[in-house]
Amino acid sequence: MAVTVNDVEHIAALAKLEFSNEEKEKFTHQLNQILNYVEKLKELDTENVEPLSHVIELSNRFREDKAESGLTPEEALQNAPSRTEKFFKVPKVIGEKGS
Amino acid sequence: MSSNPQYEPVIGLEVHAQLLTESKAFCRCSTSFGDEPNSNVCPVCLGLPGVLPVLNMNVVEFVLRMGLATHCTIAERSIFARKNYFYPDLPKGYQISQYEEPICTGGFVEIETESGKKKKIGITRIHMEEDAGKSIHDLDVDTLVDVNRCGVPLIEIVSEPDLRSPREAYLFLHKIRQIVTYLDICDGNMEEGSLRCDANVSVRRKMETRFGTKTEVKNLNSFRFVEKALEYEIGRQIALLEEGQKIVQETLLWDAAQGVAVPMRSKEEAHDYRYFPEPDLVPVMVGKDWIDKIRTSLPEFPSERHDRYIAKLGLPKYDAEILTAEKPLADYFEAVIRHLKVKNAETWKIASNWTMTEVLRVVNERHITVTGFPVGPERFAEMINLIVDGTISGKIAKDVFEEMLTSQEGPKAIVEKKGLVQVNDASTIENAIDNILTKYEGQVREFLGGKQKVFGFLVGETMKVMKGRANPSIVNEILKKKLEGKKERD
Repeated sequence: MAVTVNDVEHIAALAKLEFSNEEKEKFTHQLNQILNYVEKLKELDTENVEPLSHVIELSNRFREDKAESGLTPEEALQNAPSRTEKFFKVPKVIGEKGS
Repeated sequence: MSSNPQYEPVIGLEVHAQLLTESKAFCRCSTSFGDEPNSNVCPVCLGLPGVLPVLNMNVVEFVLRMGLATHCTIAERSIFARKNYFYPDLPKGYQISQYEEPICTGGFVEIETESGKKKKIGITRIHMEEDAGKSIHDLDVDTLVDVNRCGVPLIEIVSEPDLRSPREAYLFLHKIRQIVTYLDICDGNMEEGSLRCDANVSVRRKMETRFGTKTEVKNLNSFRFVEKALEYEIGRQIALLEEGQKIVQETLLWDAAQGVAVPMRSKEEAHDYRYFPEPDLVPVMVGKDWIDKIRTSLPEFPSERHDRYIAKLGLPKYDAEILTAEKPLADYFEAVIRHLKVKNAETWKIASNWTMTEVLRVVNERHITVTGFPVGPERFAEMINLIVDGTISGKIAKDVFEEMLTSQEGPKAIVEKKGLVQVNDASTIENAIDNILTKYEGQVREFLGGKQKVFGFLVGETMKVMKGRANPSIVNEILKKKLEGKKERD
Protein backbone atom coordinates (compact mmCIF):
# COMPACT_ATOMS: atom_id res chain seq x y z
CA MET A 1 0.00 0.00 0.00
CA ALA A 2 1.89 2.99 -1.27
CA VAL A 3 1.47 6.52 0.09
CA THR A 4 -0.01 8.93 -2.43
CA VAL A 5 0.06 12.71 -2.63
CA ASN A 6 -3.53 12.62 -1.38
CA ASP A 7 -2.42 10.87 1.80
CA VAL A 8 0.22 13.48 2.37
CA GLU A 9 -2.33 16.23 1.90
CA HIS A 10 -4.67 14.53 4.37
CA ILE A 11 -1.96 14.17 7.01
CA ALA A 12 -0.84 17.74 6.41
CA ALA A 13 -4.41 18.98 6.90
CA LEU A 14 -4.71 17.04 10.17
CA ALA A 15 -1.44 18.55 11.35
CA LYS A 16 -2.55 22.00 10.16
CA LEU A 17 0.47 22.25 7.88
CA GLU A 18 0.71 23.65 4.37
CA PHE A 19 3.21 22.47 1.79
CA SER A 20 4.19 23.42 -1.72
CA ASN A 21 3.68 20.88 -4.51
CA GLU A 22 7.39 20.08 -4.57
CA GLU A 23 7.36 19.40 -0.86
CA LYS A 24 4.35 17.15 -1.18
CA GLU A 25 6.09 15.12 -3.87
CA LYS A 26 9.22 14.90 -1.78
CA PHE A 27 7.34 13.76 1.34
CA THR A 28 5.37 11.21 -0.62
CA HIS A 29 8.61 9.70 -1.79
CA GLN A 30 10.19 9.82 1.66
CA LEU A 31 7.19 8.33 3.43
CA ASN A 32 7.14 5.47 0.92
CA GLN A 33 10.79 4.84 1.60
CA ILE A 34 10.12 4.64 5.32
CA LEU A 35 7.19 2.30 4.84
CA ASN A 36 9.25 0.09 2.54
CA TYR A 37 11.87 -0.14 5.20
CA VAL A 38 9.27 -1.06 7.82
CA GLU A 39 7.82 -3.62 5.37
CA LYS A 40 10.94 -5.62 6.06
CA LEU A 41 9.65 -6.31 9.56
CA LYS A 42 6.82 -8.28 8.06
CA GLU A 43 9.30 -11.00 7.28
CA LEU A 44 9.30 -11.86 10.97
CA ASP A 45 6.79 -14.42 12.15
CA THR A 46 4.71 -12.64 14.83
CA GLU A 47 1.92 -15.21 14.91
CA ASN A 48 2.13 -15.81 18.66
CA VAL A 49 3.42 -12.43 19.76
CA GLU A 50 1.17 -10.00 21.63
CA PRO A 51 1.17 -6.45 20.25
CA LEU A 52 3.57 -4.31 22.26
CA SER A 53 2.31 -0.98 23.54
CA HIS A 54 5.03 -0.24 26.09
CA VAL A 55 8.68 -1.15 25.99
CA ILE A 56 9.31 -1.05 29.71
CA GLU A 57 7.75 -3.75 31.83
CA LEU A 58 6.24 -1.50 34.43
CA SER A 59 2.65 -1.11 35.49
CA ASN A 60 0.55 0.69 38.10
CA ARG A 61 2.59 3.80 38.72
CA PHE A 62 0.21 6.00 40.66
CA ARG A 63 0.15 9.26 42.52
CA GLU A 64 -1.88 10.01 45.62
CA ASP A 65 -4.87 12.27 45.05
CA LYS A 66 -3.44 15.39 46.71
CA ALA A 67 -3.71 18.84 45.17
CA GLU A 68 -0.78 21.25 45.21
CA SER A 69 -0.42 24.65 43.70
CA GLY A 70 1.41 24.85 40.40
CA LEU A 71 2.09 27.97 38.40
CA THR A 72 0.51 31.35 38.99
CA PRO A 73 -1.62 32.78 36.16
CA GLU A 74 1.17 35.28 35.52
CA GLU A 75 3.75 32.52 35.15
CA ALA A 76 1.40 30.46 33.00
CA LEU A 77 0.74 33.39 30.68
CA GLN A 78 4.22 34.79 30.44
CA ASN A 79 5.04 33.12 27.11
CA ALA A 80 1.61 33.68 25.61
CA PRO A 81 1.78 35.68 22.37
CA SER A 82 -1.50 37.30 23.27
CA ARG A 83 -3.69 37.58 26.35
CA THR A 84 -6.69 39.35 27.80
CA GLU A 85 -6.65 39.72 31.55
CA LYS A 86 -5.96 36.19 32.86
CA PHE A 87 -6.95 34.41 29.64
CA PHE A 88 -4.90 33.14 26.73
CA LYS A 89 -6.16 34.94 23.63
CA VAL A 90 -6.27 33.07 20.32
CA PRO A 91 -7.81 33.77 16.91
CA LYS A 92 -11.53 33.07 16.90
CA VAL A 93 -12.36 29.40 16.56
CA ILE A 94 -15.77 27.84 16.24
CA GLY A 95 -16.70 24.40 15.16
CA GLU A 96 -15.39 20.91 15.31
CA LYS A 97 -13.52 19.60 18.30
CA GLY A 98 -13.03 16.24 19.87
CA SER A 99 -15.16 14.87 22.64
CA MET B 1 -43.62 13.99 14.68
CA SER B 2 -41.40 11.65 16.62
CA SER B 3 -44.36 9.61 17.70
CA ASN B 4 -45.00 8.31 14.19
CA PRO B 5 -45.97 4.73 15.07
CA GLN B 6 -44.45 3.27 11.92
CA TYR B 7 -40.97 4.17 13.06
CA GLU B 8 -38.86 3.15 15.97
CA PRO B 9 -36.01 5.31 17.28
CA VAL B 10 -32.73 3.67 18.23
CA ILE B 11 -30.67 5.67 20.71
CA GLY B 12 -27.32 5.18 22.38
CA LEU B 13 -25.85 7.65 24.84
CA GLU B 14 -22.32 8.72 25.67
CA VAL B 15 -22.18 10.20 29.12
CA HIS B 16 -19.17 12.06 30.45
CA ALA B 17 -18.94 12.29 34.23
CA GLN B 18 -16.42 14.59 35.88
CA LEU B 19 -14.79 12.77 38.78
CA LEU B 20 -14.78 14.24 42.27
CA THR B 21 -11.06 13.97 42.77
CA GLU B 22 -9.10 16.62 44.60
CA SER B 23 -6.37 16.83 41.97
CA LYS B 24 -6.28 16.41 38.19
CA ALA B 25 -5.86 13.08 36.40
CA PHE B 26 -2.19 13.37 35.51
CA CYS B 27 -0.82 16.26 37.58
CA ARG B 28 -1.23 17.75 41.05
CA CYS B 29 -3.29 20.77 40.06
CA SER B 30 -6.55 21.35 41.88
CA THR B 31 -9.81 20.43 40.16
CA SER B 32 -11.81 23.10 41.95
CA PHE B 33 -14.50 24.77 39.88
CA GLY B 34 -14.88 28.51 39.32
CA ASP B 35 -11.40 29.62 40.31
CA GLU B 36 -9.56 32.51 38.67
CA PRO B 37 -8.74 31.63 35.02
CA ASN B 38 -5.47 29.79 34.49
CA SER B 39 -4.73 29.58 38.20
CA ASN B 40 -4.90 25.76 38.54
CA VAL B 41 -2.25 24.99 35.97
CA CYS B 42 1.23 23.52 35.80
CA PRO B 43 3.68 22.47 33.07
CA VAL B 44 1.91 19.08 32.71
CA CYS B 45 -1.62 20.34 32.03
CA LEU B 46 -0.31 23.29 30.03
CA GLY B 47 1.33 20.78 27.72
CA LEU B 48 4.79 22.30 28.07
CA PRO B 49 7.63 20.27 26.55
CA GLY B 50 9.45 17.62 28.53
CA VAL B 51 6.81 16.85 31.14
CA LEU B 52 5.45 13.45 32.09
CA PRO B 53 1.95 12.58 33.31
CA VAL B 54 1.51 10.48 36.47
CA LEU B 55 -1.87 8.81 36.99
CA ASN B 56 -3.99 9.79 39.97
CA MET B 57 -4.85 6.63 41.94
CA ASN B 58 -8.38 7.80 42.69
CA VAL B 59 -9.23 8.03 39.00
CA VAL B 60 -8.76 4.27 38.80
CA GLU B 61 -10.60 3.69 42.08
CA PHE B 62 -13.58 5.74 40.89
CA VAL B 63 -13.87 4.16 37.46
CA LEU B 64 -13.66 0.72 39.07
CA ARG B 65 -16.50 1.62 41.41
CA MET B 66 -18.59 2.65 38.43
CA GLY B 67 -17.62 -0.44 36.47
CA LEU B 68 -18.55 -2.79 39.29
CA ALA B 69 -21.76 -0.92 40.03
CA THR B 70 -22.83 -1.37 36.41
CA HIS B 71 -21.86 -5.07 36.22
CA CYS B 72 -18.96 -4.51 33.83
CA THR B 73 -16.07 -6.82 33.20
CA ILE B 74 -12.91 -5.22 34.58
CA ALA B 75 -9.92 -5.55 32.28
CA GLU B 76 -6.96 -7.14 33.97
CA ARG B 77 -4.77 -4.85 31.91
CA SER B 78 -5.76 -1.57 30.35
CA ILE B 79 -3.80 1.16 28.63
CA PHE B 80 -4.19 4.81 27.76
CA ALA B 81 -4.24 6.23 24.26
CA ARG B 82 -3.69 9.59 22.68
CA LYS B 83 -6.57 11.07 20.77
CA ASN B 84 -5.10 13.68 18.46
CA TYR B 85 -6.85 16.85 17.41
CA PHE B 86 -6.15 20.55 17.36
CA TYR B 87 -8.14 22.95 19.41
CA PRO B 88 -6.89 25.91 21.46
CA ASP B 89 -8.26 24.55 24.73
CA LEU B 90 -6.21 21.37 24.30
CA PRO B 91 -2.65 22.64 24.64
CA LYS B 92 -0.95 19.27 24.17
CA GLY B 93 -2.65 18.66 20.82
CA TYR B 94 -3.99 15.36 22.12
CA GLN B 95 -6.35 14.17 24.80
CA ILE B 96 -5.24 11.29 26.98
CA SER B 97 -8.05 8.77 26.80
CA GLN B 98 -8.51 5.03 26.44
CA TYR B 99 -9.22 3.43 23.12
CA GLU B 100 -8.41 -0.18 22.44
CA GLU B 101 -8.14 -1.56 25.93
CA PRO B 102 -10.64 0.33 28.14
CA ILE B 103 -10.82 -0.58 31.79
CA CYS B 104 -14.52 -1.56 31.89
CA THR B 105 -16.59 -3.33 29.25
CA GLY B 106 -19.86 -5.17 28.82
CA GLY B 107 -22.05 -4.07 31.72
CA PHE B 108 -25.63 -2.94 32.13
CA VAL B 109 -27.96 -0.81 34.20
CA GLU B 110 -31.63 -1.36 34.76
CA ILE B 111 -34.23 1.31 34.14
CA GLU B 112 -37.88 1.17 35.01
CA THR B 113 -39.91 2.17 31.97
CA GLU B 114 -43.19 4.04 32.25
CA SER B 115 -45.20 0.86 32.08
CA GLY B 116 -43.38 -0.17 35.26
CA LYS B 117 -41.36 -2.84 33.49
CA LYS B 118 -37.66 -3.22 34.18
CA LYS B 119 -35.41 -2.98 31.15
CA LYS B 120 -31.71 -3.71 30.94
CA ILE B 121 -29.64 -1.15 29.05
CA GLY B 122 -26.25 -2.44 27.98
CA ILE B 123 -23.06 -0.56 28.80
CA THR B 124 -20.57 -1.02 25.98
CA ARG B 125 -17.63 0.43 27.85
CA ILE B 126 -16.51 2.85 30.52
CA HIS B 127 -13.12 4.45 30.19
CA MET B 128 -10.93 7.07 31.83
CA GLU B 129 -9.90 10.28 30.12
CA GLU B 130 -9.02 13.89 30.77
CA ASP B 131 -11.11 16.97 30.16
CA ALA B 132 -10.09 19.82 27.88
CA GLY B 133 -9.93 23.48 28.90
CA LYS B 134 -12.61 26.05 28.34
CA SER B 135 -12.92 28.32 25.30
CA ILE B 136 -14.95 31.47 25.50
CA HIS B 137 -16.27 32.65 22.14
CA ASP B 138 -18.63 35.35 23.35
CA LEU B 139 -16.39 38.16 22.30
CA ASP B 140 -16.54 39.53 18.77
CA VAL B 141 -13.05 38.96 17.61
CA ASP B 142 -11.00 36.51 19.60
CA THR B 143 -11.41 33.32 21.54
CA LEU B 144 -10.27 33.26 25.16
CA VAL B 145 -8.86 30.14 26.73
CA ASP B 146 -8.86 29.04 30.36
CA VAL B 147 -6.81 25.90 30.98
CA ASN B 148 -8.03 25.25 34.56
CA ARG B 149 -10.29 22.38 33.51
CA CYS B 150 -7.61 20.83 31.34
CA GLY B 151 -6.65 17.45 32.77
CA VAL B 152 -9.61 17.16 35.14
CA PRO B 153 -10.50 13.46 35.17
CA LEU B 154 -13.60 12.18 33.41
CA ILE B 155 -15.11 8.83 32.83
CA GLU B 156 -16.98 8.22 29.62
CA ILE B 157 -19.87 5.79 29.83
CA VAL B 158 -21.01 4.46 26.47
CA SER B 159 -24.35 2.70 26.26
CA GLU B 160 -25.44 0.10 23.75
CA PRO B 161 -28.05 1.30 21.24
CA ASP B 162 -30.71 -0.20 23.51
CA LEU B 163 -32.81 2.88 24.12
CA ARG B 164 -36.05 3.06 22.15
CA SER B 165 -37.50 6.45 23.06
CA PRO B 166 -36.38 9.87 24.31
CA ARG B 167 -38.07 8.98 27.60
CA GLU B 168 -35.93 5.87 27.98
CA ALA B 169 -32.85 7.95 27.22
CA TYR B 170 -33.88 10.37 29.95
CA LEU B 171 -34.44 7.51 32.41
CA PHE B 172 -31.08 6.00 31.55
CA LEU B 173 -29.30 9.30 32.08
CA HIS B 174 -31.15 9.74 35.33
CA LYS B 175 -30.05 6.27 36.42
CA ILE B 176 -26.43 7.05 35.59
CA ARG B 177 -26.68 10.23 37.59
CA GLN B 178 -28.17 8.35 40.53
CA ILE B 179 -25.37 5.77 40.43
CA VAL B 180 -22.47 8.23 40.18
CA THR B 181 -23.85 10.31 43.02
CA TYR B 182 -24.49 7.23 45.17
CA LEU B 183 -20.92 6.15 44.50
CA ASP B 184 -19.72 9.62 45.43
CA ILE B 185 -17.55 9.82 42.31
CA CYS B 186 -19.32 12.73 40.54
CA ASP B 187 -21.67 15.44 41.75
CA GLY B 188 -24.02 14.79 38.83
CA ASN B 189 -24.63 18.46 38.15
CA MET B 190 -25.56 18.78 34.47
CA GLU B 191 -25.91 22.55 34.52
CA GLU B 192 -22.35 23.01 35.76
CA GLY B 193 -21.12 20.44 33.25
CA SER B 194 -20.11 17.72 35.71
CA LEU B 195 -22.34 15.39 33.73
CA ARG B 196 -22.51 15.77 29.94
CA CYS B 197 -24.39 13.82 27.39
CA ASP B 198 -24.15 13.16 23.66
CA ALA B 199 -26.56 10.90 21.81
CA ASN B 200 -26.37 8.67 18.75
CA VAL B 201 -29.76 8.58 17.10
CA SER B 202 -31.26 6.70 14.20
CA VAL B 203 -34.75 5.62 13.21
CA ARG B 204 -36.01 2.54 11.43
CA ARG B 205 -39.33 1.12 10.35
CA LYS B 206 -40.93 -1.07 12.98
CA MET B 207 -40.00 -4.74 12.51
CA GLU B 208 -36.81 -3.74 10.70
CA THR B 209 -33.84 -5.40 12.38
CA ARG B 210 -31.03 -3.41 10.82
CA PHE B 211 -30.12 0.02 12.17
CA GLY B 212 -30.68 3.14 10.11
CA THR B 213 -28.01 5.75 9.44
CA LYS B 214 -27.27 7.56 12.67
CA THR B 215 -26.47 11.11 13.59
CA GLU B 216 -24.73 12.32 16.71
CA VAL B 217 -26.40 15.05 18.75
CA LYS B 218 -24.09 16.91 21.08
CA ASN B 219 -24.57 19.44 23.81
CA LEU B 220 -27.49 17.81 25.66
CA ASN B 221 -26.43 19.56 28.79
CA SER B 222 -29.53 19.51 30.92
CA PHE B 223 -32.06 16.84 31.73
CA ARG B 224 -34.74 18.93 30.06
CA PHE B 225 -32.81 19.16 26.79
CA VAL B 226 -32.19 15.46 26.44
CA GLU B 227 -35.76 14.49 25.69
CA LYS B 228 -36.49 17.63 23.72
CA ALA B 229 -33.42 17.37 21.51
CA LEU B 230 -34.04 13.68 20.86
CA GLU B 231 -37.71 14.30 19.99
CA TYR B 232 -36.57 16.95 17.57
CA GLU B 233 -33.92 14.84 15.89
CA ILE B 234 -36.13 11.75 15.62
CA GLY B 235 -38.86 13.91 14.06
CA ARG B 236 -36.39 15.39 11.61
CA GLN B 237 -35.12 11.98 10.54
CA ILE B 238 -38.61 10.52 10.10
CA ALA B 239 -39.69 13.52 8.04
CA LEU B 240 -36.66 13.08 5.76
CA LEU B 241 -37.34 9.37 5.28
CA GLU B 242 -41.01 10.03 4.59
CA GLU B 243 -39.97 12.40 1.81
CA GLY B 244 -37.86 9.63 0.37
CA GLN B 245 -34.60 11.30 1.37
CA LYS B 246 -31.55 9.79 2.97
CA ILE B 247 -30.15 10.53 6.41
CA VAL B 248 -26.67 11.99 6.26
CA GLN B 249 -24.32 10.73 8.95
CA GLU B 250 -23.28 13.92 10.70
CA THR B 251 -22.78 15.62 14.02
CA LEU B 252 -25.40 18.07 15.19
CA LEU B 253 -25.21 20.57 17.98
CA TRP B 254 -28.34 21.09 20.08
CA ASP B 255 -29.24 24.77 20.27
CA ALA B 256 -31.42 25.00 23.37
CA ALA B 257 -32.40 28.62 22.79
CA GLN B 258 -33.75 27.97 19.28
CA GLY B 259 -34.93 24.43 20.02
CA VAL B 260 -33.15 23.03 16.98
CA ALA B 261 -30.20 20.75 16.25
CA VAL B 262 -27.74 22.47 13.93
CA PRO B 263 -25.22 20.50 11.85
CA MET B 264 -21.67 21.26 12.89
CA ARG B 265 -19.64 22.54 10.01
CA SER B 266 -16.90 20.00 9.92
CA LYS B 267 -14.44 18.51 7.56
CA GLU B 268 -14.62 14.75 7.39
CA GLU B 269 -10.99 14.40 8.29
CA ALA B 270 -11.58 16.10 11.61
CA HIS B 271 -12.79 12.71 12.84
CA ASP B 272 -9.47 11.09 12.11
CA TYR B 273 -8.11 11.11 15.64
CA ARG B 274 -5.11 8.87 14.90
CA TYR B 275 -5.31 7.10 18.24
CA PHE B 276 -2.17 5.39 19.42
CA PRO B 277 -1.03 3.98 22.79
CA GLU B 278 0.12 6.69 25.20
CA PRO B 279 3.80 5.91 25.70
CA ASP B 280 4.13 8.14 28.78
CA LEU B 281 1.74 6.13 30.95
CA VAL B 282 2.34 2.54 31.91
CA PRO B 283 -0.49 -0.02 31.80
CA VAL B 284 -2.97 -0.26 34.65
CA MET B 285 -3.22 -3.79 36.01
CA VAL B 286 -6.23 -4.61 38.16
CA GLY B 287 -6.04 -7.87 40.09
CA LYS B 288 -8.72 -9.80 41.91
CA ASP B 289 -7.71 -8.39 45.30
CA TRP B 290 -8.23 -4.84 44.18
CA ILE B 291 -11.59 -5.66 42.64
CA ASP B 292 -12.72 -7.49 45.79
CA LYS B 293 -11.67 -4.60 47.97
CA ILE B 294 -13.68 -2.13 45.94
CA ARG B 295 -16.64 -4.45 45.65
CA THR B 296 -16.95 -4.76 49.42
CA SER B 297 -16.69 -0.99 49.82
CA LEU B 298 -19.55 -0.24 47.42
CA PRO B 299 -22.60 1.33 49.01
CA GLU B 300 -26.01 -0.23 48.76
CA PHE B 301 -27.61 0.82 45.47
CA PRO B 302 -30.79 2.81 45.09
CA SER B 303 -32.69 -0.10 43.58
CA GLU B 304 -31.53 -2.47 46.34
CA ARG B 305 -32.38 0.10 48.96
CA HIS B 306 -35.73 0.69 47.34
CA ASP B 307 -36.56 -3.01 47.40
CA ARG B 308 -35.34 -3.37 50.99
CA TYR B 309 -37.52 -0.48 52.17
CA ILE B 310 -40.53 -2.30 50.78
CA ALA B 311 -39.59 -5.81 51.90
CA LYS B 312 -37.98 -5.15 55.29
CA LEU B 313 -39.47 -1.86 56.44
CA GLY B 314 -42.91 -2.49 54.99
CA LEU B 315 -43.03 0.92 53.33
CA PRO B 316 -45.25 1.58 50.30
CA LYS B 317 -43.53 1.69 46.90
CA TYR B 318 -44.28 5.40 46.71
CA ASP B 319 -42.36 6.11 49.91
CA ALA B 320 -39.46 3.87 48.87
CA GLU B 321 -39.12 5.72 45.58
CA ILE B 322 -39.07 9.17 47.10
CA LEU B 323 -36.74 8.25 49.96
CA THR B 324 -34.14 6.54 47.76
CA ALA B 325 -34.16 9.01 44.86
CA GLU B 326 -31.22 10.89 46.33
CA LYS B 327 -28.58 9.28 48.47
CA PRO B 328 -28.39 12.02 51.11
CA LEU B 329 -32.13 11.70 51.79
CA ALA B 330 -31.99 7.92 52.07
CA ASP B 331 -28.97 8.21 54.36
CA TYR B 332 -30.83 10.74 56.48
CA PHE B 333 -33.92 8.57 56.71
CA GLU B 334 -31.87 5.58 57.77
CA ALA B 335 -30.07 7.55 60.41
CA VAL B 336 -33.48 8.61 61.71
CA ILE B 337 -34.82 5.09 61.97
CA ARG B 338 -31.62 3.92 63.65
CA HIS B 339 -32.45 6.35 66.46
CA LEU B 340 -36.06 5.29 66.87
CA LYS B 341 -36.86 3.65 70.20
CA VAL B 342 -39.65 1.49 68.86
CA LYS B 343 -38.63 -0.27 65.70
CA ASN B 344 -41.56 -1.62 63.75
CA ALA B 345 -43.40 -1.01 60.48
CA GLU B 346 -45.70 1.50 62.17
CA THR B 347 -42.93 3.75 63.49
CA TRP B 348 -40.95 3.42 60.24
CA LYS B 349 -43.99 4.63 58.36
CA ILE B 350 -44.35 7.60 60.71
CA ALA B 351 -40.68 8.43 60.16
CA SER B 352 -41.15 8.07 56.41
CA ASN B 353 -44.18 10.39 56.38
CA TRP B 354 -42.38 13.04 58.35
CA THR B 355 -39.26 12.80 56.22
CA MET B 356 -41.16 12.96 52.94
CA THR B 357 -43.48 15.78 53.91
CA GLU B 358 -41.79 18.04 56.45
CA VAL B 359 -38.09 17.49 55.78
CA LEU B 360 -38.46 17.65 52.00
CA ARG B 361 -40.81 20.63 52.24
CA VAL B 362 -38.25 22.67 54.16
CA VAL B 363 -35.40 21.48 51.94
CA ASN B 364 -37.31 22.56 48.82
CA GLU B 365 -38.54 25.84 50.27
CA ARG B 366 -35.09 26.85 51.37
CA HIS B 367 -33.30 25.48 48.31
CA ILE B 368 -30.90 23.56 50.51
CA THR B 369 -29.67 19.99 50.41
CA VAL B 370 -30.63 17.34 52.92
CA THR B 371 -27.04 17.40 54.14
CA GLY B 372 -27.55 21.04 55.09
CA PHE B 373 -30.89 20.43 56.83
CA PRO B 374 -30.81 22.17 60.23
CA VAL B 375 -32.34 19.29 62.20
CA GLY B 376 -30.00 16.32 62.41
CA PRO B 377 -31.41 12.81 62.15
CA GLU B 378 -30.94 12.08 65.84
CA ARG B 379 -32.89 15.14 67.00
CA PHE B 380 -35.54 14.41 64.39
CA ALA B 381 -35.83 10.82 65.59
CA GLU B 382 -36.30 12.05 69.20
CA MET B 383 -39.30 14.03 68.03
CA ILE B 384 -40.78 10.98 66.34
CA ASN B 385 -40.15 8.99 69.53
CA LEU B 386 -42.28 11.55 71.37
CA ILE B 387 -45.11 11.04 68.88
CA VAL B 388 -44.82 7.28 69.14
CA ASP B 389 -44.87 7.19 72.95
CA GLY B 390 -47.82 9.55 73.03
CA THR B 391 -46.06 12.51 74.67
CA ILE B 392 -47.15 14.76 71.82
CA SER B 393 -49.72 14.49 69.07
CA GLY B 394 -48.82 14.76 65.41
CA LYS B 395 -50.38 18.19 65.37
CA ILE B 396 -48.27 19.46 68.25
CA ALA B 397 -45.24 17.81 66.67
CA LYS B 398 -45.61 20.23 63.76
CA ASP B 399 -45.10 23.15 66.16
CA VAL B 400 -42.20 21.40 67.82
CA PHE B 401 -40.68 20.75 64.39
CA GLU B 402 -40.96 24.43 63.43
CA GLU B 403 -39.26 25.38 66.69
CA MET B 404 -36.48 22.85 66.10
CA LEU B 405 -35.73 24.42 62.71
CA THR B 406 -34.63 27.64 64.37
CA SER B 407 -33.25 26.44 67.70
CA GLN B 408 -30.65 23.90 68.65
CA GLU B 409 -32.83 22.53 71.42
CA GLY B 410 -34.00 18.96 71.60
CA PRO B 411 -37.71 18.24 71.10
CA LYS B 412 -38.17 17.20 74.73
CA ALA B 413 -36.85 20.53 76.00
CA ILE B 414 -39.12 22.40 73.58
CA VAL B 415 -42.15 20.40 74.63
CA GLU B 416 -41.47 21.05 78.31
CA LYS B 417 -40.60 24.72 77.89
CA LYS B 418 -43.74 25.42 75.90
CA GLY B 419 -45.94 23.12 77.96
CA LEU B 420 -46.86 21.11 74.91
CA VAL B 421 -46.99 17.73 76.61
CA GLN B 422 -49.98 15.83 75.40
CA VAL B 423 -52.70 15.13 77.89
CA ASN B 424 -53.40 11.42 77.95
CA ASP B 425 -55.18 11.37 81.28
CA ALA B 426 -58.69 10.10 80.59
CA SER B 427 -60.36 11.77 83.56
CA THR B 428 -58.99 15.23 82.68
CA ILE B 429 -60.21 14.81 79.13
CA GLU B 430 -63.53 13.45 80.35
CA ASN B 431 -64.01 16.55 82.51
CA ALA B 432 -63.40 18.81 79.58
CA ILE B 433 -65.81 16.84 77.42
CA ASP B 434 -68.52 16.96 80.08
CA ASN B 435 -68.23 20.74 80.17
CA ILE B 436 -68.46 20.95 76.39
CA LEU B 437 -71.49 18.69 76.25
CA THR B 438 -73.29 20.92 78.79
CA LYS B 439 -72.23 24.11 77.05
CA TYR B 440 -73.36 22.97 73.61
CA GLU B 441 -76.54 21.16 74.58
CA GLY B 442 -78.28 22.33 71.42
CA GLN B 443 -75.60 20.93 69.15
CA VAL B 444 -75.62 17.66 71.06
CA ARG B 445 -79.33 17.37 70.37
CA GLU B 446 -78.68 18.03 66.68
CA PHE B 447 -76.14 15.21 66.67
CA LEU B 448 -78.55 12.85 68.33
CA GLY B 449 -81.07 13.87 65.71
CA GLY B 450 -78.70 12.52 63.05
CA LYS B 451 -76.46 15.48 62.20
CA GLN B 452 -73.13 13.60 62.11
CA LYS B 453 -71.06 16.69 61.27
CA VAL B 454 -71.53 18.07 64.76
CA PHE B 455 -69.17 15.39 66.10
CA GLY B 456 -66.21 17.15 64.52
CA PHE B 457 -67.33 20.45 66.01
CA LEU B 458 -67.46 18.94 69.50
CA VAL B 459 -63.98 17.44 69.10
CA GLY B 460 -62.71 20.83 67.94
CA GLU B 461 -64.21 22.64 70.90
CA THR B 462 -62.76 20.09 73.34
CA MET B 463 -59.30 20.51 71.77
CA LYS B 464 -59.66 24.27 71.97
CA VAL B 465 -60.42 24.11 75.69
CA MET B 466 -57.45 21.80 76.17
CA LYS B 467 -55.19 24.14 74.14
CA GLY B 468 -54.64 21.48 71.51
CA ARG B 469 -52.83 19.24 73.95
CA ALA B 470 -55.42 16.52 74.47
CA ASN B 471 -54.63 13.19 72.88
CA PRO B 472 -57.02 13.28 69.93
CA SER B 473 -57.72 9.56 69.85
CA ILE B 474 -58.71 9.58 73.53
CA VAL B 475 -60.94 12.61 72.92
CA ASN B 476 -62.61 10.78 70.05
CA GLU B 477 -63.08 7.66 72.04
CA ILE B 478 -64.59 9.30 75.14
CA LEU B 479 -66.77 11.64 73.15
CA LYS B 480 -68.13 8.78 71.10
CA LYS B 481 -68.89 6.76 74.24
CA LYS B 482 -70.65 9.69 75.93
CA LEU B 483 -72.80 10.48 72.90
CA GLU B 484 -73.75 6.86 72.43
CA GLY B 485 -74.74 6.74 76.09
CA LYS B 486 -77.02 9.74 75.56
CA LYS B 487 -78.54 8.12 72.49
CA GLU B 488 -79.49 5.01 74.45
CA ARG B 489 -81.01 7.07 77.21
CA ASP B 490 -83.17 9.00 74.74
